[in-house]
Order: sequence, then structure tokens, then C-alpha cells
Amino acid sequence: MSDHAFQPANVSVPEDTMAGSKVGSRAGIARGPGALRTILLMAKITFIETVRRKLLWIAGLAGGAFLGLFWAGLHSMMQSMSPRVTPVNRLEGIGMMTMMTLYAGSMMTSLMAALIACDTLSGEIASGTIHAIATKPVNRWCLVVGKWFGFVGMMTLYVLLIAGGTMAIARLEGGRLTPHAGAALSLIWLQAMVLLGITILCSTRLSALTSGACSLGLYGLAFVGGWIEQFGTIRHIKGCVDLGILASLIMPTDALWRRVAFNVQPPILGAAGVSPFSSSAVPSTAMVVYAVVYAVLALVVASIIFERRDL
Amino acid sequence: MAAFTIDAAGLRKNYGARTAVRDLTLKVRRGEAFGFLGPNGAGKSTSIKMLLGLVKPASGQARLLGEPLGSRDVRARVGFLPEHFRFYDWLSASELLILHGKLCGVPESTLRSRVPRLLDRVGLGAQNSKPLRSYSKGMMQRAGLAQALVNEPDILFLDEPTSGLDPAGRKLVREIVREQRDRGTTVFLNSHLLGEVEQSCDRVAFIRDGEVIGEYEMGAWQKGRTSVEIDAASISPAALALVELIEGVSVESHTGRRLRLHVEDEDCLPDVVRLLVENGGNIYSVIPQRTTLEDLFLEMMGPDRGL
Repeated sequence: MSDHAFQPANVSVPEDTMAGSKVGSRAGIARGPGALRTILLMAKITFIETVRRKLLWIAGLAGGAFLGLFWAGLHSMMQSMSPRVTPVNRLEGIGMMTMMTLYAGSMMTSLMAALIACDTLSGEIASGTIHAIATKPVNRWCLVVGKWFGFVGMMTLYVLLIAGGTMAIARLEGGRLTPHAGAALSLIWLQAMVLLGITILCSTRLSALTSGACSLGLYGLAFVGGWIEQFGTIRHIKGCVDLGILASLIMPTDALWRRVAFNVQPPILGAAGVSPFSSSAVPSTAMVVYAVVYAVLALVVASIIFERRDL
Repeated sequence: MAAFTIDAAGLRKNYGARTAVRDLTLKVRRGEAFGFLGPNGAGKSTSIKMLLGLVKPASGQARLLGEPLGSRDVRARVGFLPEHFRFYDWLSASELLILHGKLCGVPESTLRSRVPRLLDRVGLGAQNSKPLRSYSKGMMQRAGLAQALVNEPDILFLDEPTSGLDPAGRKLVREIVREQRDRGTTVFLNSHLLGEVEQSCDRVAFIRDGEVIGEYEMGAWQKGRTSVEIDAASISPAALALVELIEGVSVESHTGRRLRLHVEDEDCLPDVVRLLVENGGNIYSVIPQRTTLEDLFLEMMGPDRGL
């Protein structure tokens, strides 16, 4: 048959059978759940995801093992101390071990924040899971913020377990009360929030693996920058200090750790100079404020990008 | 204001230098089941994504249910089963429907009765509390279908809704399409299973290279293009000459007992048979050769150019 025979029919459609802006029984239908309800719904579903996918439990178990090891190590140290050791020296020893454990714990919480968030948007975009969600009558930014809140819930529990547990063990086993414990916990939590924000931001445009690599790359940059800054502070090398500050501006996680270290370190560690567990270059309160703005801004930019991008 | 359920004019989408959709021009009326057909890579999914507001068109104008594409008012009235039907697989089917219902703004009290009813309708009533990760592909697709209906939409987009279903599942989709159409819902169906489309849809449009190249009322392409194959003996040239005098009938070929006619309307076939018999012919069978949707599709798309 010729192509001519398949010319499109000039289908005429009577307009009186067409849908207007209100269709039948659907007139006056709700415009969706509203921003707050959407955020709460997505936060809840994200938190449930961490539970159902056993992320929370495995993280909890690994955290328990981490704390158990610390407890055993601290107990062993306490047992080996001679009765002639002065209380000051005993507390210094406990403080040093607590600092080392807090340092490892802050790394764990930061990495956990990057790991749990790197797949959240990029994975759902790649698999198409987001299509059925984003076609619902909700603002896309609410989906991002909701997911963020869900992860914040999980990370808050995790920080409390790892860092709070470390401080509690130091108190229970060693009798040492960690100075400025509340501030230290908040700063370690903020570190995780910075990583969470930047990872979610990356995952709005990049694949899951690339998002994780990007966040961890920035974390590494901050780590090295912190060392360079501390070295520059001790040796009075302005160039190194400036480089460290620049690295902290790009990724403020290490600056936050150094603030934690400054708050909780025993005097002997402070006097030891450059070490990852101590701080000789103390970041200012302005840097802490900057980190808060950084974390919030990352979330805002992520929301804007996700709101505008094609899915 | 009078408007079509879908009224798109010249929608275009580029991804870098590649044009995914060149010209999407469509009008779909309320309560019809509309088939959207095209080969792989023709731009079907991108077209649906543009209509749903997932992808922003580079140019062109369109309204869905009389509202701008992607507005929250429209999305509250849309149901969508995506092509890959991936959902949060740590949820059960009930939880999935409740989540999607809540995201649509459906009150919890309504969902309590609607969700079990929908799951029963798609045959998942007994499996409603099992996690989706334990579902087969077909079960997942059924859950996706129920999800698309949870807000009782005015327009339902089904992107390859039967790709993972067995014959019983495909029958279920046909029934649901019919039910939705009967309640006034517009169904926009994208499928490669042309037999399903042929049984379910009122109208079809063909898209090729990102451009809508034709629209047909279902079966309208038969008009004026039916071939008839007649198994007959003792057909004289005079009888054939008389047959050709019948309006709208012409002889395509006559070889041995095989006589092939072109008729514009099958209503003339009794006259053809009578005339042949009266002129000494012996008729063994008369078989109209109908053009299926698949025949039409293959002719519209031309030879396979590969992917």
C-alpha cells in the first residue's frame, strides 16, 4: 500500500467533549500535601529506609564494636597504671586515649554522612524511582529537604552513639569528664552535616559513586589543609597558614575537628604541637558560623538544582 | 474555557546537540484511551516526561487538563506508571500506596479503604504486606499500576504497562483501562505491544524521529483499503469484468484459484460472491485481509534502520 494511504487522518474532535480546567468529580481536588507535610513524609520515609535497609543496625553494630574496643583499651590502660601515677597524669592518659578515639569517631561519622547520602538522589534519578515521586503534587525542594531531615535523624543518633558513647565510656571507666562535651558533640555533628549537605548537592547532578568521590575528595583536601595550617602556625609560615584557611573555606570539616580538639584536648596534647589529635591552630567562632552557613547553603543549592533539572 | 485533556503544540526537547523530540503536537480529548506509538528512540518517553513536567521543553506550548504543564494543580490529577516501575522496595505494597496517596494529598481516612480495594483490584490483596523487593517483575508492575490510580486521576499515563505481565496481567490492564475510560479518565498509553493498544485504545498517534507523523481513530485506517482473498474455481474473464463494475471494487490479481480484490467497503462482498456464482464460479472461501495496527505501524515507520 502506498504511503499516501497512510496520510494522517484529519481527526476532528468536538470541543464540547473536552476537559476543561475542572473535570467531573475532580473539581476542587487538593493541591497536594503542602510543604511541611511533604518534608515530614519524606524525612520519615528516608529514616525508615535506613532502618529497613539495615543501615542503621549495621552502623550501630559497628559503632558498638568501636566503643567496645575503646572501652577494652581504656580498661587495659587503667589496669596497667601504677598506683604511684598521679591523678593528673592518669587523667592526661585517659584524655589522650579519648581524644584519639574521638578523632577516629569524627572521621567515621563524616564518612558515614557521605556514604548514606551519595546514592539518595542520584540513585533514584538513575533508576527512575524518582519519576513516580516527582510527578506527585509536591515541590521538588521539599523532597530534598525531607530526605536531608531523614538523614539528619540517623546521623544525630550515630554521632550520639560514637562521640557521646566515647565520652560516656571515658567518664564511666576512667572517671574523666570530657570538657566542653556539648560543644564537642555539636561540632562533630556539624562536621557530619557539612558532609551530608555537600554530598546531597553533588548527588543532584552526579552519579552516586562520583558524588561520594567528590565529597571524600573535599574531605581529604580539608584534612591536608588542616595539617598545612598547623605546620604553618608552629613554624610561622604565613603562606602555609593561608593555604590552610583556603582549604577550610573550601571544606570546613577539618577546621571543625580542630575546634573540637581545642575544646577537649588535655594540656599535654596541646603542647605536643602538630598531631591529628590536637590543635595548635584554633579556628575562630567565625569559622564555625561559616560551616553552619556552608551546610545550609549546600542544601539550598541542592534544592534549587533539583527543582530545576530534568528528571 | 474549553480545552483538551492534552493540548500540545510544537513541543521540542534537545539534549545537547541531539534532538529527542522535534515536534510534539497532540490533542487528546477527555475520557478517551489514546495510544502513543513509535519505535525505540523515537521520543515517546521524553514526550511523556515533558507532558508530566519531569522534563522542560525547549520550545512549544502545551496544557494538560487546561493548566500549564507541571503545575501542582495538574499533578494532583495525574496518575503515572513509569516505564521502569522502580519503587522503594523496602516498603510493602500497602505502604507504597499510602506513601503515594499522601504525596497526592489524599486524606488518610480515604486511603484506609481505597488502598486495600486497589490492591485487590490488581490482584495483590494477599501480598499487600510483603516487601516489594520480594515481588516478581509482574507483581511490581501491578503494584505500580495501583500506585498510579491511588489519587483517582483524571488523566492516567501508562508507559509500557504490560511489559512485565503475563496474559492474565495484560487482560487486567485492558480491563483497568476500560474502567478508567468509563469513569471519564483519559488514558495515555505508550506500549510496544500493539495488540494490547489495538484492543484498549480509541485513537493512536505515531511518533518517528521525535515528530508526530499521524493520528488515527482506531480501525479508521481500514476504510478504503481492504483486500479480499477469494479461493474460487471456474472464474471467467467476463465474470471478473462484471465484478469490476461494482462500485469500489477492483481486481488486484487472479492466479489459478486465487483471486485477490481490493474493496473500499466490505458491505459489497455479498454482491461480489453472488455475481461470481451466477456466472459459473465455485467459491470455496472469502477472506477479508484486514490491516492490523502492527501492519500500519510497520508501514508508518518504514524499514528498520537499526538503533
